[in-house]
Amino acid sequence: MSEYLSVLIFIFAGIGIVLLTFWLSYLIRPSHPYPEKDINYECAELPIGTSWIRFNNHFYIFALIFVIFDVEAVFLFPWAVAFGQLGLYALVEVVVFILILFFGLFYAWKKGVLKWV
Amino acid sequence: MTSPQVGIVFWIIAFVMLISAFMVVSLKNIFHSALFLILCLFSVAGIYVLLQAEFLAAAQVLIYVGAVAVLMLFAIMLTNNLASKKIRQANRNVLVGFFVSVIFCFITLVLLVKTYVSVWGKLKPQAVLPAQNVLVFGKYLMTKFMLPFEVVSVLLLAALIGAIVLARKERS
Repeated sequence: MSEYLSVLIFIFAGIGIVLLTFWLSYLIRPSHPYPEKDINYECAELPIGTSWIRFNNHFYIFALIFVIFDVEAVFLFPWAVAFGQLGLYALVEVVVFILILFFGLFYAWKKGVLKWV
Repeated sequence: MTSPQVGIVFWIIAFVMLISAFMVVSLKNIFHSALFLILCLFSVAGIYVLLQAEFLAAAQVLIYVGAVAVLMLFAIMLTNNLASKKIRQANRNVLVGFFVSVIFCFITLVLLVKTYVSVWGKLKPQAVLPAQNVLVFGKYLMTKFMLPFEVVSVLLLAALIGAIVLARKERS
């Protein structure tokens, strides 16, 4: 349990540094607001519309594929931890596991899903 | 709870979890709700760590915080103008819903207390060494549960192909 103390310190340090920098810049910076300053920065051009835009639909299928392979990665973790105490058959099992999923990736590739439109 | 420090950490995590869960169902902007949902799921992972279920915590962070939350954010951002709209999350059934959840909370509390009283002091932890959680899990996955492990792969393949077929049909 004590090894998670470093994780806890890390989280609090991460939050703290962000808050500290915001507070420091709030102390140092001059405050002269005018409407042009509130416009979104877009390479010195006047922005068209708001920053809440509708994103390309194609992102969604990438997210779906990412979820599948994320679950695969989770299953590979215990294998990686236990691999040192297991024989060659464990490697074969994982290769079969990945190969079956590889068919899915191959299918997606053949269907042209991975192509950016 | 093994030590008072763990108890304090538990209360902090539980507090963050409850506040963020309340934000999820009460905020007007659904995009912000999704962001608070990430915080809520992350604190659930913290609870798992406290219960020494390290693999569960890692899976929670990887799958829910990493993938499912991103999927939700994408779904919100891809839907036309949903992200910037203000939405009232409650409808006119809010009072009825409140009473139902109060009753549900009461029943759960009664059950919990009754179970706690009946097993208090009788149960001994049977778990493996916390540090070896993942190791034991991996060993079982590779030997005794070899077939389910491979079936999971087939299941994921089916999900992947199904997702592609559905998403493509919608696009064309």
